Amino acid sequence: MIQPFLELSYISKAFPTPKGPFVALKDVALKIRKGEFVALLGHSGCGKSTLLNIVAGLSQASAGGVILEGKETDQPGPDRMVVFQNYALLPWLTAYENVFLAVRSTMPGAPESERRSVAERYLALVGLAAKADKRPGEISGGQKQRVSIARALATRPKVLLLDEPFGALDALTREEMQEEVLKIWEADRTTVLMVTHEIDEAILMADRIVMMTNGPAATIGEVFEVPFARPRSRAEILEDPAYYTLRNRILAFLYDRFGEPVLAD
Amino acid sequence: MTTTNKTVIAPARDEAAGSTPQLKALLERSGTVVLPLVAVAVFLGLWQALSAAGLTGTLPGPLQVVQDVQPLIVGFFNNSENDVGVAWQLAASLQRVAIGYSLAAVVGVAVGILMGSMRPFQLALDPIFQVLRTIPPLAWLPIALAALSQANPSAIFVIFITAVWPIIINTAVGVRSTPQDYRNVASVLKLSKPTYFFEILLPSAASYIFTGLRIAVGLAWLAIVAAEMLTGGVGIGFFIWDSYNSSRMADIILAVLCVGVVGFVLDRTIYYAGRLLVASE
Repeated sequence: MIQPFLELSYISKAFPTPKGPFVALKDVALKIRKGEFVALLGHSGCGKSTLLNIVAGLSQASAGGVILEGKETDQPGPDRMVVFQNYALLPWLTAYENVFLAVRSTMPGAPESERRSVAERYLALVGLAAKADKRPGEISGGQKQRVSIARALATRPKVLLLDEPFGALDALTREEMQEEVLKIWEADRTTVLMVTHEIDEAILMADRIVMMTNGPAATIGEVFEVPFARPRSRAEILEDPAYYTLRNRILAFLYDRFGEPVLAD
Repeated sequence: MTTTNKTVIAPARDEAAGSTPQLKALLERSGTVVLPLVAVAVFLGLWQALSAAGLTGTLPGPLQVVQDVQPLIVGFFNNSENDVGVAWQLAASLQRVAIGYSLAAVVGVAVGILMGSMRPFQLALDPIFQVLRTIPPLAWLPIALAALSQANPSAIFVIFITAVWPIIINTAVGVRSTPQDYRNVASVLKLSKPTYFFEILLPSAASYIFTGLRIAVGLAWLAIVAAEMLTGGVGIGFFIWDSYNSSRMADIILAVLCVGVVGFVLDRTIYYAGRLLVASE
């Protein structure tokens, strides 16, 4: 295999506790190609988000590390931009200012007019040009998530890290947002690592689904290739028999092999 | 039968529903004006009755007060050497408070941010401040007089030392409770230190800072009256003490009323400034 774009190299993470270290992640090894959409799927509490934070540099691995384009990275930076679980928008800034803050700090040398137009372009990309002057408190959950995605994309990251990005949305908005983000992603194919616990979300969006075993000492149990052609639509996938085969294999992994935490040892 | 009953009753219900909420709303609105007036009238009535019965010592009743303070109200803005009006007494006190409070705000916010963002400062200073903040304002006055040897700077110092603690403590708490999410955004975007300070830390702590500022302005105004009683000179505190010594009881009541109104206005001012400057969540 040619050199991977992003490599998770035998990452382990232990948290100190009064009763000795708690090993959350053990030897997680994964190679991701440029432009690939990878979903990390597992039961809640299995350490998916911890792993994402390590890739983002917000948390340090106890052993192993993250290699991006051949260089080890352990500090946070806008080349691995995160779309946070609860949006993490600054409530005192408008939608536009939230995006602009990100653009300003990642394009320090660029002229003001260019930075403004970048911020406006990405806000328009997620369909929120009309809400540019609204504060996060004045827009809906789905719209906040759009702003958060616009902020992330506007920094033009090498890797986009999505931490259960649709988890806080209602079911209808979630499906709408999944398809919209998919459309945006299919247009420019940024490398994506997405943490989720939704099987259908992973199948709809990802090229590969990386299955995490249950903690403690969670690691990668299996990797499924998602065989559907791009661009994808939910309707087409649901008609494809391969969807049900894949779904059953994922369910079997989650509930037969790793349904009980005892089995994880 | 039932249908006819319904049709008969329905319009009557509509009518009732149309007038009752309006009446209720009117009562509620007038209640916010009328009820406080009723309370004041009852209070004044009781006071008048007690003083008529001779139960209030040398303190005059409200009617007597209204008569006695006439010259004071006429001379409210007098500013001659021997007759300084209440307005100017208040202005002198306000000036001291303004100086002491501004100093406290600047020092308090700065020290609070230092304590909130750097743990060694928190550990070193917090125990000291927890003890110092419980000292009554007037206990500082002899220390201030000894160190500064002048009445006016000492009064200002008392205001400063009274107002500074709630500002420090609230600012430190505000800075410490900056949500992890915002810190994560800042580190992923690699925001520069000044950008982090002005765009994230300050706005995030702003509501806490204003809570501290609001508590502080109340305390400062409480302390100035007491401090001026001891330091003398022009100022509403000394005016009250002086009136007592010259047995001008009605003057005291007018001055105390003014102190209350000014304190209320100060509190509201900081409250509205906070509402204006702190972004709503």
